[in-house]
Amino acid sequence: MFEYCTDPKLIEGFQWWSCYLTNGKHISFYFSFIVVLGLLALTVPFILLFGFTGALAQRASFAPLRWFGTIYTSMVRGVPDIIFFLFVPIAMDQGIEVIRHKIKCSDWSEPIRQGNDFVVCTAAKMPLSSSPQWVHETYGFILATIAFAIVFGAFAANTIHGALNAVPKGQLETGAAFGMSPKQIFRRIHLPQMWVYALPGLSNLWMILIKASPLLFLLGVEDIVYWARELGGSKTHRFAYPHGDWRLGYFLFLLVFYLFLTWVSEKVFDRLMHKLSRGQNTAAGMA
Amino acid sequence: MTLTKLLAGAAIVAITATSAMAGEVVRMGTEGAYAPYNFINDNGEVDGYERELGDELCKRANLECTWVTNDWDSIIPNLVSGNYDTIMAGMSITAERDEVIDFTSEYFPADPSSYVALSSADASATTGVVAAQTATIQAAFIAASDATVVEFATMEDTIAAVRNGEADSVLADHAALKDVVDASGGTLAFVGDDVAIGGGVGMGVRESDKELRDKFEAAIASMKADGSLNTMIAKWFDGRKAGY
Repeated sequence: MFEYCTDPKLIEGFQWWSCYLTNGKHISFYFSFIVVLGLLALTVPFILLFGFTGALAQRASFAPLRWFGTIYTSMVRGVPDIIFFLFVPIAMDQGIEVIRHKIKCSDWSEPIRQGNDFVVCTAAKMPLSSSPQWVHETYGFILATIAFAIVFGAFAANTIHGALNAVPKGQLETGAAFGMSPKQIFRRIHLPQMWVYALPGLSNLWMILIKASPLLFLLGVEDIVYWARELGGSKTHRFAYPHGDWRLGYFLFLLVFYLFLTWVSEKVFDRLMHKLSRGQNTAAGMA
Repeated sequence: MTLTKLLAGAAIVAITATSAMAGEVVRMGTEGAYAPYNFINDNGEVDGYERELGDELCKRANLECTWVTNDWDSIIPNLVSGNYDTIMAGMSITAERDEVIDFTSEYFPADPSSYVALSSADASATTGVVAAQTATIQAAFIAASDATVVEFATMEDTIAAVRNGEADSVLADHAALKDVVDASGGTLAFVGDDVAIGGGVGMGVRESDKELRDKFEAAIASMKADGSLNTMIAKWFDGRKAGY
């Protein structure tokens, strides 16, 4: 990074630290913060989408749709996260590859499953093995986003379902008395009032999501916890910056980061709650 | 929102761009936490004996190679499901592993495993609680002996367990432990006698990938024949004489 960094063995003190903290590995570490924050930002809209779809499906008058909603929320919530994260992305990945294999290599005669091996033709690989590493990482990132959205969407669906039921019936009946159609009631009264009841549950979900980011490494995305462990591990003379076991320091830094993220989220949720409660038929809204 | 578009756009561009030129690229899987065999250097790249050897083997076999890292725990499952094509991760050739994947012939001779404990400990540390990395030949060896085994995900964790007293000693490949002992400034030391477990270290490939295995097999044979493998081992393992 700096000119004096060419031989780290000769420098010490501030210069050593400034070189150490800007070496390639640390840059990857800093970049992984962006990856994690990006994943969080990216999954939230999908979680809400899955949540709404699930909740509305649970309320549907068409029975199969209702069953689908119920099965989705109860099944996904019941499976341990770690199993889900091992299964869903691998199943998705292999599913995509099998479809591509069938389309692109229809003349392939060998079976896809050969003993333990999962073999598809080179052109069906997803991503292709010739793609640069960042494509593989982006692909893993997208799979992770989908897996997170499915899991947390199920929890969100249950929260939203409960919140929709919590809106006082009188509010909806008043809407009907004013001659609104069911659609209008839903859009103008039911949905806006629902948020107040859903927000505490959704904020819980957000907090859990923040802490779930190390699950990313299961999918090959190198997250902040992975890099902290890697950087903190003791380094022998083979490294340019030898040091002992510094994992405690790195993990303390992560602790501060996660606490900061939690603190900011709390503030944002407080504001949001305050805003949404205004004029609502709840204790917070009346005050 | 812009990030979403950016990523989605980049992914689409990448997928369409690369599908046009599907060349043969071999993805080399490793752990990146077992110096000097393989580790992540200060630039965040895979480095070590296996990196240098792997690149040379690819050159001799006329293959284009890229490196990827994977947890030791799931390194074999991810090979058979096709996330990468080879394993070069200080993996000893054992009959158990050979049932699931195929190995090339060894590129590093059978290395005795050694015990390391705090320098104040005596030989009894090898029969108490012994730390080992999960799913290694050492873990299996201790489990079969009278000593109690505690398993950890990485080599680093096994050393930490000895330092904080959770385990009396750690059992691992001699070459990997030597680095640790040298760097410990006298706080850690080898104890007891070395034990010979497992065969040499070889490259793992899928059983269905005979063609790739043969290519690397030929490259390893040519490096053994011209002595360059011996030179490389001497370079990374403090002048060790492999005698291939």
